[in-house]
Amino acid sequence: MSAVIDTHAGEHHHGPAKGITRWLFTTNHKDIGTMYLVFSFAMFLFGGSMAMVIRAELFQPGLQIVDPEFFNQMTTMHGLIMVFGAVMPAFVGLANWMLPMMVGAPDMALPRMNNWSFWLLPCAFLILASTLFMSGGAPNFGWTFYAPLSTTYGPPSTTFFIFAVHIMGISSIMGAINVIATILNLRAPGMTLMKMPLFVWTWLITAFLLIAVMPVLAGVVTMMLMDINFGTSFFDASGGGDPVLFQHVFWFFGHPEVYIMILPAFGAVSHIIPAFSRKPLFGYASMVYAVGAIALLSFVVWAHHMFTVGIPIAGQLFFMYATMLIAVPTGVKVFNWVATMFRGALTFEAPMLFAVAFVILFTIGGFSGLMLAIAPADFQYHDTYFVVAHFHYVLVPGAIFGIFASAYFWLPKWTGHMYDETLAKTHFWLSFIGMNLAFFPMHFLGLAGMPRRIPDYALQFADFNMVSSIGAFMFGATQLLFLLIVVKCIRGGEQAPAKPWEGAEGLEWTLPSPPPYHSFQTPPEVK
Amino acid sequence: MATDHTYTHEKYAYQKYYVPEQSKWPIIATVGLGLTLFGVASIMVNSSQGESTGGSWLLFLVGSLIMAYMLFGWFGNVIRESRAGLYSPQMDRSFRWGMSWFIFSEVMFFAAFFGALFYARVFAVPWLGGEGDRGSSNLLWEGFQATWPLINTPDPVAYPPAKEVIGPWGLPLVNTILLVTSSLTVTIAHHALKAGHRGKLKFWLAATIALALGFVVVQAYEYVHAYKDLNLTLESGIYGTTFFMLTGFHGAHVILGTLMLIIMLVRVMKGHFTAEQHFGFEAASWYWHFVDVVWLMLFTFVYIL
Repeated sequence: MSAVIDTHAGEHHHGPAKGITRWLFTTNHKDIGTMYLVFSFAMFLFGGSMAMVIRAELFQPGLQIVDPEFFNQMTTMHGLIMVFGAVMPAFVGLANWMLPMMVGAPDMALPRMNNWSFWLLPCAFLILASTLFMSGGAPNFGWTFYAPLSTTYGPPSTTFFIFAVHIMGISSIMGAINVIATILNLRAPGMTLMKMPLFVWTWLITAFLLIAVMPVLAGVVTMMLMDINFGTSFFDASGGGDPVLFQHVFWFFGHPEVYIMILPAFGAVSHIIPAFSRKPLFGYASMVYAVGAIALLSFVVWAHHMFTVGIPIAGQLFFMYATMLIAVPTGVKVFNWVATMFRGALTFEAPMLFAVAFVILFTIGGFSGLMLAIAPADFQYHDTYFVVAHFHYVLVPGAIFGIFASAYFWLPKWTGHMYDETLAKTHFWLSFIGMNLAFFPMHFLGLAGMPRRIPDYALQFADFNMVSSIGAFMFGATQLLFLLIVVKCIRGGEQAPAKPWEGAEGLEWTLPSPPPYHSFQTPPEVK
Repeated sequence: MATDHTYTHEKYAYQKYYVPEQSKWPIIATVGLGLTLFGVASIMVNSSQGESTGGSWLLFLVGSLIMAYMLFGWFGNVIRESRAGLYSPQMDRSFRWGMSWFIFSEVMFFAAFFGALFYARVFAVPWLGGEGDRGSSNLLWEGFQATWPLINTPDPVAYPPAKEVIGPWGLPLVNTILLVTSSLTVTIAHHALKAGHRGKLKFWLAATIALALGFVVVQAYEYVHAYKDLNLTLESGIYGTTFFMLTGFHGAHVILGTLMLIIMLVRVMKGHFTAEQHFGFEAASWYWHFVDVVWLMLFTFVYIL
């Protein structure tokens, strides 16, 4: 199957429109991808500044900077913004830029809907951010917004939060539909499913997960909306409902959601490690099956977030074993990445540094996940800083390092310029040290019993918290360096060849750097 | 143009993929949806705090008008492009994937509410009644009897009980017959379209719409009956909650599906669609079958069981 731009009636342009309308009205996958990435980075700084407030408050025991009510708003908004505003849009941005180029298509399958998917996000986050200025303050019940904290006891702004989540959901579902239609319908002739690049495979599966679970999130916030405003009793036991029901529905969304935030990073790393090892990826087919297995298992493990809520013993056993099973396909992936590097001709440019750190540190996050999966042990770890350490290890050096690795890997392709390698390596090492300083001590804090989501703590936790805060400030400040590197790279630098990395493979490297406005006017043949 | 441009040559079909140039509709849609939902949220929050909701209604109305303008404009744009022959069979497949996955997302939305119903029936209510490992929650409301349908809630002051619930074999059965028949008639209309019988197509499509409207009227009557005579409301505890949310969302989807069918009838009247190319019609009929299947699930799990 192939795809060519229609040259109908002379409407055809070869370049972007001028001025602001280029961005408002665009149907171009590169423009939309750029907007997603810029938006995501803005949200990363916005949500990150909230993390700085949190760490500043936790620098020392006692209440010094913010009051506890505002602290709760910060933890909640930090989580929501990072998950829905930073990580997810960044991957959609990468998908927009790369998928058409990787499958040999002129653009995304449904270009106008693509534009709508993007512009809904600023709209949703404008509403979410506006809750900070409403009476009663912003949502303060944690990013998981458990009922009845978010229903009976939530601030009035909860209703606005609910509609913001609805808009994000609409955006994600439309984005995912677009990704699936592009991959299934616009592949170059000869590109069979098992010849697809892994980033394409992981995004296909991620898009399936998004379409399956974002409506469930819409369902659970709708139930909240009704309980708050219309007197229903989904989560109120005095009407025959159950607050635990909230957790079931939420985590049925929430667990696949964590794979939505990591699978595209798996895909990107599966391109980067072979490129800098100058070897083909070890075990391509097993990588595909492993991602599929992880995605399917993600639907049957949700209650491992709820071991302490009092689910029946049979349920605890089922969810414990099902969760541990995920370690098998994940282990396959880690093995394959390491086997790809084994006896390769390795070099360590910035994308490779981030990718190797991804493999090691994500594995640490995976192991702490296994510890949490053990139901009897989880009774001790639940709602402690150990959990905070765990999910930051999978999200920061997992999802976010995956995004940084992808950004450095493809920046020469996007901009036509090489980025500053020295600055990029500095960015890596400062991020690497900062994030480990910030999050590794949290394991010890959690095991020693420090609960999460508190603005003050007992004195014995003081030292590790101070170390953690220093690491967090270091990591946070370092990200401004990334902004500088990207701006520098856009504005100029050494001219990038079509294929700047000698070991890289794939259709995207057959296009010039930067690629033409419409990626593949004539579909390439894939052998 | 009297008929849609169709492609027959396989190679030619693959060689065209229409990428529209700039479009103003998405950004208009964003502004419209944002204003509408912000307005709705403001109405809810302001009225719960006893404040004036006038400005919020204005936001909501302006947003809705923009949404309506956008829907006519955007779909009109797509229809014009389609009739100008810009869409290749490959484009058609993109639309098919899009609609299929959209319907799948709708299935998952209903799944969340069915999940809530099953959880309440199988776990939450029996536990409140003292059954099993979680029987300790019975201590909260001593003497609470777990039954389904749950008439007497644990706290009858907060959630006043209904007198009775709506049985399956009266109006709901009528509605089942209406909706299943309408699924049949829309299929007959589709076959007529494929065979090129325009008169038959118009008749059966109109019949489908009539049945759909009949369903909506009966459902509305049932709601009035539930609220006025049976005291079965959203506030009657978990039974009323799941009953109205499931049937309500289904009803909203029926209304949406009916609108789609009405627009298809208007387009048929205007001479749109050919025997080969009529995905707009097919999408509406897929949606209609989806609505029908959801109803059969509802009839089984909400009314009968």
